Amino acid sequence: MPMSTPPLAVTAYTATSALGHGLAAQLDALAHGRSGLRPNDIGSAPLACWIGRVEGVEATALPPALADWDCRNNRLAWLGLQQDDFIDKVRIARDRYGANRIALLLGTSTASIGATEEAYRRLDADGGLPDDMLRPAIHTPHSLSAFVAAALGLTGPCLTVSTACSSSAKVFASAERMIRLDLVDAAVVGGVDTLCDSVLFGFNALELVSTAPCRPFDVARDGISIGEAAGFALLERSGMAADAPQLLGYGEASDAHHMSTPHPEGLGAELALRDALARAGLEAAQVDYINLHGTASRKNDEVEAALVNRSFPVTTRASSTKGYTGHTLGAAGIVEAVVALLAIEHGLVPGNLGGESPDPDCGASFAWRNERQRIDVALSNSFGFGGNNACLAFARAGFGA
Amino acid sequence: MSTLRVWVEGVGLWSPQLADFAALGSVLGGSMPTPPPARPAAARLPPNERRRAPESVLLAVEVADQAVAMSGRDAATLACVFASSHGDQPITDYMCAALARAPAELSPIRFHNSVHNAPVGYWTMASGCHAPSTAVAAQRASFGAGLLEAASQVLAERRAVLLVCSDTAGSGPLREVTGCEQAFGCALVLAPAAGPSSIAALDLLVLAEHADTPLPEPLAGWRHGSPSATSLALLAPLSRGSGRCRLAASGTLGLQVDVRHVERERAA
Repeated sequence: MPMSTPPLAVTAYTATSALGHGLAAQLDALAHGRSGLRPNDIGSAPLACWIGRVEGVEATALPPALADWDCRNNRLAWLGLQQDDFIDKVRIARDRYGANRIALLLGTSTASIGATEEAYRRLDADGGLPDDMLRPAIHTPHSLSAFVAAALGLTGPCLTVSTACSSSAKVFASAERMIRLDLVDAAVVGGVDTLCDSVLFGFNALELVSTAPCRPFDVARDGISIGEAAGFALLERSGMAADAPQLLGYGEASDAHHMSTPHPEGLGAELALRDALARAGLEAAQVDYINLHGTASRKNDEVEAALVNRSFPVTTRASSTKGYTGHTLGAAGIVEAVVALLAIEHGLVPGNLGGESPDPDCGASFAWRNERQRIDVALSNSFGFGGNNACLAFARAGFGA
Repeated sequence: MSTLRVWVEGVGLWSPQLADFAALGSVLGGSMPTPPPARPAAARLPPNERRRAPESVLLAVEVADQAVAMSGRDAATLACVFASSHGDQPITDYMCAALARAPAELSPIRFHNSVHNAPVGYWTMASGCHAPSTAVAAQRASFGAGLLEAASQVLAERRAVLLVCSDTAGSGPLREVTGCEQAFGCALVLAPAAGPSSIAALDLLVLAEHADTPLPEPLAGWRHGSPSATSLALLAPLSRGSGRCRLAASGTLGLQVDVRHVERERAA
């Protein structure tokens, strides 16, 4: 097990999802138990399912200087950056540290593949990409990060992490290491994924998509609802902001089991959890809330419920918020990190929306309805294809000081 | 900023012309080694997986296996950083073409193999590795950015890390924008301290300028054929034993790497 590591301050954070634009919209929907899911109205062909679609992406225009980056994923990134004064807070950090002393580390599973799909739908007469899509920079997994680097004027280390649905959790780990090694003084982390044919028809081909709104941890759950989202956080050394919530630790591990099915005993998920607790210097009983991966797939929820049951006392409250946002894939890590931070800031355990008939596998830790209580420590689980597991540990300002 | 020092214990390399790291030494020495078979052997994969695996997985597993074998380490103990600028381009081409034609007929296997972390996922399965694993990209700077991520894991976590950087050749309309003309993959096993398997020390310095050292002849044009071949700027001095190179680590950042030869201890 690793040694505990110094905490980092989360000096700014924001999320934009099917629940709305920015933190206030996320909090309001969570507090009122209001789902952002709706019948599928996107994609180039019909598919009977529910989706977590962000309003206003199509109407978002990139500034003229960034026009070459235009595509739906980068529009959602730009829309997400506008919320909660995030750009101003990054500008202040840039002035303080220098543009090349801030890392930009973003997670995404498909980046702007939607633009490549569109280009293939309207190939020109000789079978090549249409002229307006001959923009190499948007047809790569790094499209999102390179765009956001340009949008924020950051010139430090810039990396895309693409480990499917754990992507934007793992960027917190990379950022912590770079700051600890003094490669940088701060990091912008986060992730963006948008609804596109690849994920809708891909998960459908794997028979993992429900035709109804997803029901995490429900006994009758029958698959995921795919969503889209953008989220960002600014991480600095904890001495820079004593009043900011903290990233206490992270854990990462591999299942070494199957490409698209979790390890039956949750081996990688448990290793990631233990790793995160060790780095954070926490006992399991100190965890007040855990935001679960809880996709509403049969297997994920079964394995994850067993992990919660054997790892935590009932005083640790647990829920999935996929019933609110849908599964935002590569953005799930940052969206649910934001939910964990909101839970700490507002003393809200979001109820596990969609679990009307709880699976009897779920123990007494599960919060089926909203609960109000002080939350000092919150975890967030994120698991991805390829058996890729991550767990993040956050705490209230001053915790452990 | 201080220099980051990591130790190289193993090197893997595969391209249609070069079967391994030794073949690179031959080319730099003026001879022409025998090219490898058209498909990377990827001997670590179980036979069934090997038959079905996409080229991106075969390529990454082949170079990873070479580097781990040279290091003498147990693959299950190594954290993994797998970098690729474009992932599996034949699968992306297939997916986009299939979605344009008949989306409901998309292959589920090709979809789950389309994730950027498919090669590292298959590698962890084949090697029984439960260590942290990641898959990263940074456009044409994926090798330099991957090296920086791997070195930061080596030094912050004080553990050995397997770095792989590989790209397949492009196919279909996508090839026009990726410009990838040939497959290229390489791997390094990096450690935090000198040991009996060390073959070189790398001193990494982050520079606020974007720079790629020109590749030596006869490799000068290779960088244009594959973004992963930018790694040859480092692999060449590693092959010669020592030297200095610069690698792009992002669109605006460079890495200066000083390679210092270490005499490997002979097994008793």
